[in-house]
Amino acid sequence: MSDLHTLGVAQLSALLQNKDIGAVELATRMLARLGGNPHNAFLSVDSEVTLAQAKAADARIATGDTSPLLGVPIAHKDIFVTADFPTTAGSRILEGYRSPFNATVVQRMGEAGMVTLGKLSCDEFAMGSANENVAVPSAKPQAVTNPWDVSRIPGGSSGGSAAAVAACLTPAATGTDTGGSIRQPAAFCGITGIKPTYGRASRYGMVAFASSLDQAGPMARNAEDCALLLSAMCGPDLDRDSTSLDVKAEDFSRDLNKPLKGLRVGVPHEFFADGLASDVRGPINTALENLKSQGATLVSIALPRTSLSIPVYYIIAPAEASSNLSRFDGVKFGHRAKDFTDLADMYEKTRTEGFGDEVKRRIMIGSYVLSHGYYDAYYLQAQKIRRMIADDFQEAFKQCDVIAGPVAPTVAWKLGDKSDDPLANYLADIFTLPASLAGLPGMSIPVGFGEGHMPVGMQLIGNYLQEAKLLNVAHQFQLATEFHLKTPGGAA
Amino acid sequence: MSLTPADIQRLALLSRLSFDTPASQRLLEGLNNFFAIVEEMRKVDTSGVVPMAHPIDAMPYLADHAPSAPEGMALRLRDDVVSEDNQRETNQRSAPAVERGLFLVPKVIE
Amino acid sequence: MSALLVHGYEVVIGFETHAQLSTQSKIFSRASTAFGAEPNTQACAVDLALPGTLPVMNKGAVERAIQLGLALGSYIAERSIFARKNYFYPDLPKGYQISQFEIPVVQGGVVSFFMEEGKETVHKTVRLVRAHLEEDAGKSLHEDFIAQTGIDLNRAGTPLLEIVTEPDMRSSAEAVAYAKELHKIVTWIGICDGNMQEGSFRCDANVSVRKPGAPLGTRREIKNLNSFKFMQQAIDYEVRWQIEQIEDGHAIQQATVLFNPDTGETRAMRTKEDAADYRYFPDPDLPPLVIGRDWVERVRSEMAELPRVMAERFVTQYGLPEYDATQLTQSKAMAAYFEATAKACGQAKLASNWIMGDVSRRLNAGEMTIEQSPVSAAQLAALIGRINDNTISNNAARQVFDALWSEGGANVDDATADATRVDAIIDAKGLKQMNDSGELEKIIDEVLAANPKNVEEFKAGNAKALNGLVGPIMKASKGKANPAQVNEFLLKKLS
Repeated sequence: MSDLHTLGVAQLSALLQNKDIGAVELATRMLARLGGNPHNAFLSVDSEVTLAQAKAADARIATGDTSPLLGVPIAHKDIFVTADFPTTAGSRILEGYRSPFNATVVQRMGEAGMVTLGKLSCDEFAMGSANENVAVPSAKPQAVTNPWDVSRIPGGSSGGSAAAVAACLTPAATGTDTGGSIRQPAAFCGITGIKPTYGRASRYGMVAFASSLDQAGPMARNAEDCALLLSAMCGPDLDRDSTSLDVKAEDFSRDLNKPLKGLRVGVPHEFFADGLASDVRGPINTALENLKSQGATLVSIALPRTSLSIPVYYIIAPAEASSNLSRFDGVKFGHRAKDFTDLADMYEKTRTEGFGDEVKRRIMIGSYVLSHGYYDAYYLQAQKIRRMIADDFQEAFKQCDVIAGPVAPTVAWKLGDKSDDPLANYLADIFTLPASLAGLPGMSIPVGFGEGHMPVGMQLIGNYLQEAKLLNVAHQFQLATEFHLKTPGGAA
Repeated sequence: MSLTPADIQRLALLSRLSFDTPASQRLLEGLNNFFAIVEEMRKVDTSGVVPMAHPIDAMPYLADHAPSAPEGMALRLRDDVVSEDNQRETNQRSAPAVERGLFLVPKVIE
Repeated sequence: MSALLVHGYEVVIGFETHAQLSTQSKIFSRASTAFGAEPNTQACAVDLALPGTLPVMNKGAVERAIQLGLALGSYIAERSIFARKNYFYPDLPKGYQISQFEIPVVQGGVVSFFMEEGKETVHKTVRLVRAHLEEDAGKSLHEDFIAQTGIDLNRAGTPLLEIVTEPDMRSSAEAVAYAKELHKIVTWIGICDGNMQEGSFRCDANVSVRKPGAPLGTRREIKNLNSFKFMQQAIDYEVRWQIEQIEDGHAIQQATVLFNPDTGETRAMRTKEDAADYRYFPDPDLPPLVIGRDWVERVRSEMAELPRVMAERFVTQYGLPEYDATQLTQSKAMAAYFEATAKACGQAKLASNWIMGDVSRRLNAGEMTIEQSPVSAAQLAALIGRINDNTISNNAARQVFDALWSEGGANVDDATADATRVDAIIDAKGLKQMNDSGELEKIIDEVLAANPKNVEEFKAGNAKALNGLVGPIMKASKGKANPAQVNEFLLKKLS
């Protein structure tokens, strides 16, 4: 089994259940691949912790426990707090932080018997689209590289998660998506990822960026795996998260095999305007044709406020972030400056040293739009347009069952290309932001390759609570194509 | 609505951040570029639209699940029970400065 | 509007009171709210604002807000919103306080009370703007460390109701009377323990002055007034200070001030430069608080009789004067003591007199509450009964009362035992009044015979001459003569 690392979650589960391999052996093999931290994907590993979890999984398997994720390795985006590994959220201000508790998502995957390989790199506080904003380790922070072309970005903010899965360092990873941070890196790295409906997965233990937008989700090699992972991840967390939806946990795999005949696929013409690169447009159109060949109908729809989603998102998210990040003050945990004259100086030095440029920029934007005198013009106005965007989707869903289109206007760009141009980064989020603002579920599946043989991802957006349908469409596409089976040349 | 250096100073103070002059200048430029896009958003006619603070407000299905809260999800209330015990040591293990159980900060003068 | 001007200026006062709610757990976390624990032993992950933590609302806090709203006749919002108030301070772990801004849970309402103004008893009504739920901050200990401050977050997250009035008050006395009445209400309905020394009930006074008819002056806020005594002192000082400033030609700058009880002065705090911009916005971690009318009605039906209502009932049911009724309803325990006494002896006015008089005097002297009274309601009722049935005189009753008070040990469970205690003391001290009219007449005749001069003077028209006869009669009867009876007989014999 020399290609163990290329197998997906479902496949590994079968091997483990069949006793073809033990969890400890599997974990050991995966850990061995992490030497040299390929692609700078990981921020922390601890083989003792991993092997202890693997041992426990083996014990459960031995008793006849057939849980579908038992013994399968996973790695967590460093946005989720863990008691057994440090959590940095990609920031110097949390360097060395050890949470006394586990995020609910981490706990649920642990209860499902998954074996944690470590914590994955991400943009600082999940703010970024390229994973270039990671600021730890502070001695020498390393941007994550795209396994398909190490001179390119993997996407962000869940860049470490996407790279790790694409490079076969882990079969599964957790990510978070606030404005596209699961979908976009999944697309850039040629893997599958899904952001569920807002409120499906508990936010307890997710270091908060933008509370009304943040959502956890799985990233893996295919839709079938994502469905398994999503089922374990989601469910009400009524005692700890007041925004957790009180809807029963679901088996998201239940509809995977439904045929697509009769499916109406909405294609928003705003997603196919001039800004869309031709090397992305091609594979997307081909993918849409595939869906058609499987019996789906393509319906042209309008999402007229698509471009407005950029200012709206970049007002609301920084506003919430500016407040969420106020707790990082050097008093109770995290970094504190070494030299300061008084309290005010301590606050200022601590936060200035501890936060990276993009985080500081967004805090400043957030403070501005919430300021006395500006609230109505900016924040409140943004919330109103947010409502209109959500309403636009409801209009669209009267004519279609799912919406399909690109994830990003281009394929992954070169490292450093946009690192000095925050606005360029923001503009590239245009296709993922609308679903985030509305709280709708969205996923990304690989549908081909573009310039430089870089992966192209297609986005599927569903109405609230329609994850099973999205996974169904994705799975049927993956049964008929092989893009999800491709791995980057230098992956082994 | 263009920002000025005075705005940067005020916002930096509000956010407990400091920027040296070049950084401040870059920030000012960057923010003004950003807010140029935002101006488009400000022109949109939103009269009569109820702001959406939360996606939960907009989820139509919830009306079926929570008939007592037709305008969206209501705040869940937990029973008034104490169930957190003393975890001071664990909770303070990442604290920068602690003495006799208290978090230490530079003296605050009121 | 009465003219209570100070040097020609009208005083305008509004209050903001923070009442800590008597829940077991915190408003957004499940840590305990008990007072006096070791530092940071009651500060859980949520209270410490550890990364990834989220707030979950305590039903008990909401219920107490409803109770307050009902007690004050306020509107209880069907839908209210929690908002973040953003500012940096070491005792504020999240860097923001979860409070309510645009839409609070309780809106409007009034607090009414009686107070003395000059020689009159006047009825005052202070209107409430609102009362909203929010979380308390932690505590800063400045004394214990050199050049450093120690932060204890046990208190962080304790539920508060912030109760805000209109600037309706026109004197420091009125402000204190308002605060006392509000204090009584919140402790009466049981939503707050009212322990001001422990910080359960904290008042901020917004004070300004103006010439009558002029627009409102700039106000300064006196923070953290934790005793009624200091409250009045602080406001008085602040008013004089403001007037002096204005008379000297200086404009009043808006400021937050602290009162120093040692110096008796108010002093502006170090300005927090950005204090004004809290950047309020609805908290995205908390959906709107919805309170259905059926919940409100259920709370209403379960609430105890409110002090104002009970006072009115005492007036109609027991025929007490308003003043008495107000005094007796200063606390639930006091009112219960009164009713138990009045019902047992059937003499409401006498009961009221004794409670407001002898009982209260001794309680105050010993800094005790009515719950700690060594004389039980049953004992007092029995005592009053013995006065009423002429067994003992008022003077004698005082002696019995003294004895009961000092021996203490009121047996609240055994009313019968209590009553017999009274009789036992009467017997032991030989205090039984002489009620045998025959014997009394004999004594009176003897005294009349021995004091012919007084008899003559009385008959001559000097009514006061009677007093000279009463003394010897009382003495001869060893104080046991019933004074009323003595008078009755004397007048009969001398007419």
